[in-house]
Amino acid sequence: MPELIAKAALAGRLALTRGSLRLSEIAAGQITSIALFPGQHKAITKVLKSVGLTFPAPNQVVEKDAARLVWTGRDQVFLFGTTPPEIPHTVGATTDQTDAWAGLSLEGPGAEDALMRLVPLDLRFAQFGLGQVRRAPIYHMQAIVIRVTQNRFDLLVFRSMARTAWHDIETAMTTIEARAVRSK
Amino acid sequence: MRIDGKGLIDRTKPVKFQFDGRSYGGYRGDTLASALLANDVTLVGRSFKYHRPRGVLTAGSEEPNALVEIIGAKNQTPNVRATVQEVFEGLKARSQNRWPTLKYDVMAINDVLSPFFSAGFYYKTFMWPRAFWEGLYEPLIRRAAGLGSLSGRHDEGLYEKAYAFCDLLVIGSGPAGLMAALTAARSGADVILAEEEARLGGRIVADDAVIGGMAGAAWVDTAKAELDAMPNVRIMTRTTIVGAYDHGTYGALERVGLHLPARANLPRECFWRIVASRAILAAGALERSIAFPMNDRPGIMMAGAMRSYLNRFGVTTGKRVTFFANNDSARAAARQLMKAGVSVAAIIDSRPDAPLEEDCIVHAGSQVVDTRGRHALRQITVRKGSEVIEIETDTLGVSGGWNPSLHLTCHMNGRPIWSEDLAAFVPSAGAIPGMVAAGAANGTYSTHGCLAAGQVAAVEALAALDIRATTQPLPDAEDAPYRHAPLWTVAGKGRAWLDLGNDVTTKDIALSAQENFSSVEHMKRYTTQGMAPDQGKSSNVAALAVLADATGRSIPETGTTTYRPPFVPVSIAALGAGGRGMGFAPQRFLTSDQASRDRGAPMIEAGLWYRPSYFPKPGETTWRESCDREVRMVRQAVGIADVSTLGKIDIQGVDAARFLDFVYANTFSTLPVGKVRYGLMLREDGFVLDDGTTARLGENHYLMTTTTAAAGLVMRHLDFVHQAFCADWQVRFISVTEGWAQFAVAGPQARSLVNSFLEVPADLPFMGTSPVRVGGVEGRLFRISFSGEEGYEIAVPTRFGEALFRDLVARAETMGGGPYGMEALNVLRIEKGLITHAEIHGRVTAFDIGMDKMISAKKDCIGKASATRPGLLGAEREQMVGLKVGGEIGLVAGAYLFAHGDAVKRETSQGYVTSACWSPVMGQWLGLGFVKNGRARFGEKMRLVDHMRDVDLVVEICDPVFHDPTGGKLRA
Repeated sequence: MPELIAKAALAGRLALTRGSLRLSEIAAGQITSIALFPGQHKAITKVLKSVGLTFPAPNQVVEKDAARLVWTGRDQVFLFGTTPPEIPHTVGATTDQTDAWAGLSLEGPGAEDALMRLVPLDLRFAQFGLGQVRRAPIYHMQAIVIRVTQNRFDLLVFRSMARTAWHDIETAMTTIEARAVRSK
Repeated sequence: MRIDGKGLIDRTKPVKFQFDGRSYGGYRGDTLASALLANDVTLVGRSFKYHRPRGVLTAGSEEPNALVEIIGAKNQTPNVRATVQEVFEGLKARSQNRWPTLKYDVMAINDVLSPFFSAGFYYKTFMWPRAFWEGLYEPLIRRAAGLGSLSGRHDEGLYEKAYAFCDLLVIGSGPAGLMAALTAARSGADVILAEEEARLGGRIVADDAVIGGMAGAAWVDTAKAELDAMPNVRIMTRTTIVGAYDHGTYGALERVGLHLPARANLPRECFWRIVASRAILAAGALERSIAFPMNDRPGIMMAGAMRSYLNRFGVTTGKRVTFFANNDSARAAARQLMKAGVSVAAIIDSRPDAPLEEDCIVHAGSQVVDTRGRHALRQITVRKGSEVIEIETDTLGVSGGWNPSLHLTCHMNGRPIWSEDLAAFVPSAGAIPGMVAAGAANGTYSTHGCLAAGQVAAVEALAALDIRATTQPLPDAEDAPYRHAPLWTVAGKGRAWLDLGNDVTTKDIALSAQENFSSVEHMKRYTTQGMAPDQGKSSNVAALAVLADATGRSIPETGTTTYRPPFVPVSIAALGAGGRGMGFAPQRFLTSDQASRDRGAPMIEAGLWYRPSYFPKPGETTWRESCDREVRMVRQAVGIADVSTLGKIDIQGVDAARFLDFVYANTFSTLPVGKVRYGLMLREDGFVLDDGTTARLGENHYLMTTTTAAAGLVMRHLDFVHQAFCADWQVRFISVTEGWAQFAVAGPQARSLVNSFLEVPADLPFMGTSPVRVGGVEGRLFRISFSGEEGYEIAVPTRFGEALFRDLVARAETMGGGPYGMEALNVLRIEKGLITHAEIHGRVTAFDIGMDKMISAKKDCIGKASATRPGLLGAEREQMVGLKVGGEIGLVAGAYLFAHGDAVKRETSQGYVTSACWSPVMGQWLGLGFVKNGRARFGEKMRLVDHMRDVDLVVEICDPVFHDPTGGKLRA
């Protein structure tokens, strides 16, 4: 039998530009959830140290080369971009999450203004800077919001909801552009 | 009438607009009210109850009279305040609450009949006969009353919602607000300055105040330029703070595009939620009227509003102006108008010791006792001691004093405090945590006082924010004391209006007191005072004073009604921005979505998911034809269905088995690795929560499947059980619903189809599972069945889902099979007597569905004890049964079942139908339902009645498993 064809959540959708903002689908690569069992903090620290990472504090991201460890919940992190190190089954539960999430990137000056149409959090750079992550709703859906650079956010939403997420963000970008035109 | 050289409108930008079909000219910067007044249009509306002719009363959002409909291409917006709506090229406005025209309104008959229509009229008159209220009186009254009208169509305009955060929110940009914002911003705080109007300045620009030796408008422009240049400041004009909520959250409504011709993608309004560490309420004060006889005619307006129209818009409202006041507010207006060349006929000042310094006639110690002019003011009658003077005038400016705009301070139940000095309520300190009132909103009325108060409030806020304040010396400004003598009403013939919005007069308040509705809250309901769109902004305090007088109490004893959010009307469209139509909830799409649509499958909603209903083939004209074919196809060959919507939860840990034993009624610790077991989950109250299959992938690794509908619910339940009862157990779980695309392959040909895909053919026993490789991808195979046929579910990572579905369907078609949709899936499971949430709908127990034996006696589980409560077991319970009937008449879900010979009524119901279908295999209608003591009644005939669909037939109660009762086919 021939190999199955893989498709991204928004396969083939071109990046969208509105004013100074750009929305695109990104390939987040391999994603593995690591959930710590009770009392295993020391043990996981040791495991992660071997690959140059630390277990991130709540709302934090830890990066090393291509690997990115993102806090996603109590005693739970997502590892992006690399195969997870061997974690003893008594230390933590690892689960493949690669296909469960659609990745979007919103970038450009004022990206936070667009996102703050949908995310009920203070995403201004001074409050939500580099290396920060939040589990927060994007309008009606649960999401993972990561600050990548001063003008770029990576967003992860349930894969099946990617089209709605795109639509909601596009609407926010479009109205912001229309406001900018208005005030000219 | 426009005055040359006055106003802050842009005279280089003329605009044309329409009011009641007539075209008028205005300028950019005009409100509809100022532009109409500039065109000498003084009659702009009809009153709510008596249909009295009304004109513009104020120059702000507190306007009770000048409410109009704004007609857009896609919108018709009623009750828009002409004093807030800005004019733009092509604006179309229409007066409301009149027929056929504004000038000749048939319903003005109400005014003639007004002696009959006093407060309480409806309550007394329409009590009898009782039955007439709903059918006759109410519809008639509703048609006669009401202000603007809706189009009856959806509002398809674009609206927006947004969040903002700051250290300090300054509400209002008059002298106090601007000085507070400047002080805080210069000190480095993050500041949001919210101003309701289009331009900053508040009363500075309305009054043409002089600040720091500069004209007010120029000083405001300088301040604005400074604020604009600071990155830590956000100025939000056309933004009204409408509510104060917990934790420093404020609701705000921004008019984004309402002042412009409709433009694609530009929102009409934006509803903001602003979270501020501190807030300063600098919303100013509202001028109040005096209730003198016939005080509601077009041409009678607030003295402060006349100053606004003159200084902001270069408009005077008349040629021969008079004033009636109990304070000095009218004097400035008189001076400014005279300076602009307008004739001031007289100032009527109720204070006997009133100053007489103006260059016009001043009648001290006198009162206006009557007015004349049907559609516009013509004349006023003044009583000065025993003397009665009649004065020709077209505009009367009234000022009864000022009420601080303290509404927001009451939004969390704070009660304002009565100030005898000001004869007004002032905010109580600390009413909203983190917010202080400053300036006129706090009862400080001089410009200098407001500047100083703004600075002090900012310094306090900065201290609370732990930011060092940098202050600069205050600019010079007017610092006159507030001189006034309270005057609420003037006795005389004729009605004296308090609430112009709801046509409430002093007589109504007195009547309310007389009929013992003497509490302020009762008075409000009895008279409707303060319940119009303006929420009584210009009438509440005066109405209280009249009530206090009528009941012999003081004003503080009388108290005030509660000011609640919103401060100004907020459109529902703004509150629900983004949520119209498909925006109501996220849409979840399967990987097979496009493939299903390509085959013409109608998609139906299953929770947030879209699933194919059936796959029509050429020549099939009804869904039943397609469904019947798909059912036969599964029973005879092979069918493919996307079942990815089912919830999937990955559970791991040394205590995973223990955890599953705890949340499931039956046992999972005994399940061998590589096997799947059906599980039933109970709620804490012992009723059924959900069902599904769980596979054991490893010693400490399970994969739970939930129903589509309850995927989120079960996840939440697991979290609750874990956190509440066994947080220390070594167990972790995470949803993998989205990570796997899963397809049911069912039918006699299922095994050969599945094996044709696998790199290594699988030989799974019924309820077995194993990892497999499919098309170069690691997948999972489960041998489970929801159809009664030999069935498999094959799962691959979601990115391969579409490919696998299309490939499976293509190969199935070669084998005489194909895809099947939800309709066929439903028929297949009914034929097999399998339950869905149609059966486990929240009111059934394991006993009811015949699964009580599944509750393991060897262990405890959630809901076990509750399930044995009296009344949840036994013959009195409605138990699940099968239903069948011959012939072409259909069973219907939702119908009720009755014993033969019983009367058909609620009390005699024996049960109900939950699922029904035509079974093409059995050649008859089948159903599932619940019947009292049903399992003991197999074979009994019952009457099935559905009044809604007009069905009344006899059905037979039977075992719910119709197809392959021994399970030979699925175990094959």
